[in-house]
Amino acid sequence: MNIPHIPPMKSSKLGEDGFLQVLDVSKQFGKVTVVDKVSLSIRRQEFFALLGSSGCGKSTLLRIMAGLETPTSGRIVLDGQDITDIPAHRRPVNMMFQSYALFPHMDVASNVGYGLRREGVAKAQIRERVDEALALVQMGGYAASMPAQLSGGQQQRVALARSLVKRPKLLLLDEPMSALDKKIRQQTQFELGSILQKVGVTCLMVTHDQEEAMTMADRLAVMSEGVIVQMGTPEHVYEAPNTRFSAEFIGSTNVFTGMLASDGGDVLDCHELVRPLQLPHALVHARKGQSVTVSVRPERIRLSWPQGADSRDDSQVFNTAEGVVEQIGYMGSYTLYYLRLPSGRVLMAHVPREVLAGFGREPDYGDTVALHWSVRSLVVVG
Amino acid sequence: MTGPTPSTWRFPGLPGGRTWAIAIPFVFLLVFFMLPFLLVLKISFAQSAMHVPPYTALLQYQDQQLSFLLSLESYITIFSDDIYFSAYASSVKVAFFTTLVCLVVGYPAAWLIASARPGLRELLLMGVVLPFWTSYLVRIYAWVGILKDQGLANRLLLWSGVTDTPVQLMHNTTGLYMGMVYSYLPYMVLPLYAFLVKMDRSLPEAARDLGAQPWEVFFTVTLPLSLPGITAGCLLVFIPSVGEYVIPELLGSASDLMIGRVMWSDFFNSIAWPLAAAATGVMVALLLVPMVWFQRVQSRTGAVA
Amino acid sequence: MTGLGVWLGRGFLTLLFLFFYLPIASVIFYSFNASALASEWTGFSLHWYAKLLDDHELLDACRISLVLAMATACSSVLVGAWIGYVLATYRRFVGSGLFSAMVNAPLVLPEVISGISLLLLFVSLEQSLGWPQGRGMATMWIGHTMLCISYVAITVQARLASMDRSLTEAARDLGAAPLRVFFDITLPLIAPSLFAGWVLSFTISLDDVIMSAFLSGPDTTTLPLVLLSRMRLGLNPEINAVGTLIIAVVSTGVVGNSWYLMHRERAQARLLAQAAQARSPRAAQIPVSA
Repeated sequence: MNIPHIPPMKSSKLGEDGFLQVLDVSKQFGKVTVVDKVSLSIRRQEFFALLGSSGCGKSTLLRIMAGLETPTSGRIVLDGQDITDIPAHRRPVNMMFQSYALFPHMDVASNVGYGLRREGVAKAQIRERVDEALALVQMGGYAASMPAQLSGGQQQRVALARSLVKRPKLLLLDEPMSALDKKIRQQTQFELGSILQKVGVTCLMVTHDQEEAMTMADRLAVMSEGVIVQMGTPEHVYEAPNTRFSAEFIGSTNVFTGMLASDGGDVLDCHELVRPLQLPHALVHARKGQSVTVSVRPERIRLSWPQGADSRDDSQVFNTAEGVVEQIGYMGSYTLYYLRLPSGRVLMAHVPREVLAGFGREPDYGDTVALHWSVRSLVVVG
Repeated sequence: MTGPTPSTWRFPGLPGGRTWAIAIPFVFLLVFFMLPFLLVLKISFAQSAMHVPPYTALLQYQDQQLSFLLSLESYITIFSDDIYFSAYASSVKVAFFTTLVCLVVGYPAAWLIASARPGLRELLLMGVVLPFWTSYLVRIYAWVGILKDQGLANRLLLWSGVTDTPVQLMHNTTGLYMGMVYSYLPYMVLPLYAFLVKMDRSLPEAARDLGAQPWEVFFTVTLPLSLPGITAGCLLVFIPSVGEYVIPELLGSASDLMIGRVMWSDFFNSIAWPLAAAATGVMVALLLVPMVWFQRVQSRTGAVA
Repeated sequence: MTGLGVWLGRGFLTLLFLFFYLPIASVIFYSFNASALASEWTGFSLHWYAKLLDDHELLDACRISLVLAMATACSSVLVGAWIGYVLATYRRFVGSGLFSAMVNAPLVLPEVISGISLLLLFVSLEQSLGWPQGRGMATMWIGHTMLCISYVAITVQARLASMDRSLTEAARDLGAAPLRVFFDITLPLIAPSLFAGWVLSFTISLDDVIMSAFLSGPDTTTLPLVLLSRMRLGLNPEINAVGTLIIAVVSTGVVGNSWYLMHRERAQARLLAQAAQARSPRAAQIPVSA
């Protein structure tokens, strides 16, 4: 079977200078700035995700790549060619639309072959390539079907085939999973990912679903209000968020704000906690009393039964707390606990199945438990 | 790598495709819609003349003298001659009452049809629309046949013993209103139906859930929400009714003089074109407010029919 | 709705439909009346239909009306669709308010106003440019077209507004130049509303009285004008025959069209149900033939 693909790059040179370069792109609609001087660089064959909630500018940025909007300022360079002024129908870029946008009055084969007909490819060749593309997405027997006869998932595959058949240099994906049921989403993510990897095309995906972005992307960028807040691999962005926004947007987290206990120190006094927090490293340039925000992921909080009155001086104990179990959510592989501290603050903790098994009696509603987290699990976000 | 390829469709100096797409129909409309109005205005200031065309030019050059003559005689006639005032007044009156009756009859009809189950609904609507597609004149003529002294209606009344002598149903106000309501009712029902059918069903259901009686639901939820449809329907009936010609001519009386007939007679019988033009101008001025209102309703809610 | 309410509703609608169809019934009924007087029913007769075949004035007028209606329908769809496209695609441009007002006004404007103003336009044009020479088919054609384009425009605009915008974008993304996009994607999708607009324009033109009265010439009398002058003069039973024929043609057309649409909808529904069944888990247990 002939799989359409771009010749693979030598792995040592994943294009430091960037296959797709977005250079200071801005877009204004009237007085509103929707995209504000965004720059990014995507490597050849990379799968890049733009993550953000609605209205953050990610969809506009995607449309600018497709040529459906013109940027107010900035340039876009694809494979060394400045494509900023090239209209949509001449760009070597193809998009898979959120609504799939299959032409309702053409059958599947005509839909997939539409782009090839516009290119002027010979009829016989079109036939061949359409069959190839449909086989790739496992819709081989549906060439004569009409879009209305297909299910959502099938329409998505046809849309994918249509956007790949022209062998674009850049594939744009606009919220590809948003129309699918949650159950099918995971499976589809996997399938889509493997097809794209097989084909070897460079992808830029836009989504508001952070799980989707984390699963599918090689690198991602978190966008908010027209700017990129943080960019990096999923692991990097998750473990080391650079702002409160990034920390809270990806996964869930507990955020504390406290005051630095001494100049250039590493101890934080937080009024919501009885005992102080110890940071992973000293904030050398900060002054005493300065406000600092930190984040702790729920899976880093450990629960245990309280030991009784501590003989040690409270001021020497860091990164612990006591709370009452207020809500329990059984999530299968882990249990989610909502714990209310004496100050009224509620913390989230994820306790894995195996750990709970070693508890003897599992913590129930109203129980008082001790919480503890390591120094290294604290991330300074502001 | 090659440099950037040039953009589509743009030759330096010539406007792009979009400009032509808009400009051509725009010019068409200006020529065949706007220009005629300006001409009406111009001719309303001219004087009647016996030659062809039957009005004078505003700008005349004679004996090395350029004169610009604005004759106000048409407007003076309209504002002083009683006939015009009463014609405008009765036109507005007839239009108003026609609209009222159409609304009172049309709203329940539209509501009932919209509430019917989906298959029946379209059938009923087709039933309302079907007469609209047949010849307007023939249907009015049929009313003449029904309403005249020896017509169906009177024969029924005489036969059933309700009256002893034929009742005059034609060439009077009764006949006129019968004809007007008959013709304009679909124009009220259709926009109302379109609005009622598109209305979110869950809203009256929510009202019922919160404890409202059926009639309360109607007055507090359904009626206010269908207000744009009511406005559109009323304007679609009122504005053209003011200038109606055929129905008053065939079914109305000589005393129910409507402005449409006056204009027609000025134009064709008396060949008093400047007068007819002036009457047109005044009628447009009269209808300007409702028409602007209609335009705003249209732009806010999109198409009506 | 309560039981009484339902019956009241049904009663009301029945009365209403009686009101609507009474004149139509009367026209059909009396077209078969042997007597010339509509007040007396003397027997069944096709006499009046036979007379129609000899009535040259009427037949000529009929021919003129049909030709005019066809021409009007075609030109209205062309211009109206273009206007509808502009309204739906370009939201704001210089003069868009005026443009929109000019499109919406004819929907309500009394026809006498449109008639007089267009006539004055043609007279002035004749004076300054020498064209049109007198009134006739050309002037009526333009007048009728002006009446109809608003209806076509708003129908097309509504259809375009409800169309998924990403369809045209997808076409552009796949390499179609703007004009191509229009012919490949937009046009096929608005085809039903174009057809509806064509039929509506045809009917409006065929039926038009006032505009035709203002813009017709000595040899170009349309059917409605002939009917009107005869009606004014008094009784003419042939009118009933003409009316019945029109009613018959229109009814066949409307009913036929609805039946065709329903049939097509049912066929599509069947196809979709088949497709859904093929996807259902139960179908997976049925062995598929290779």
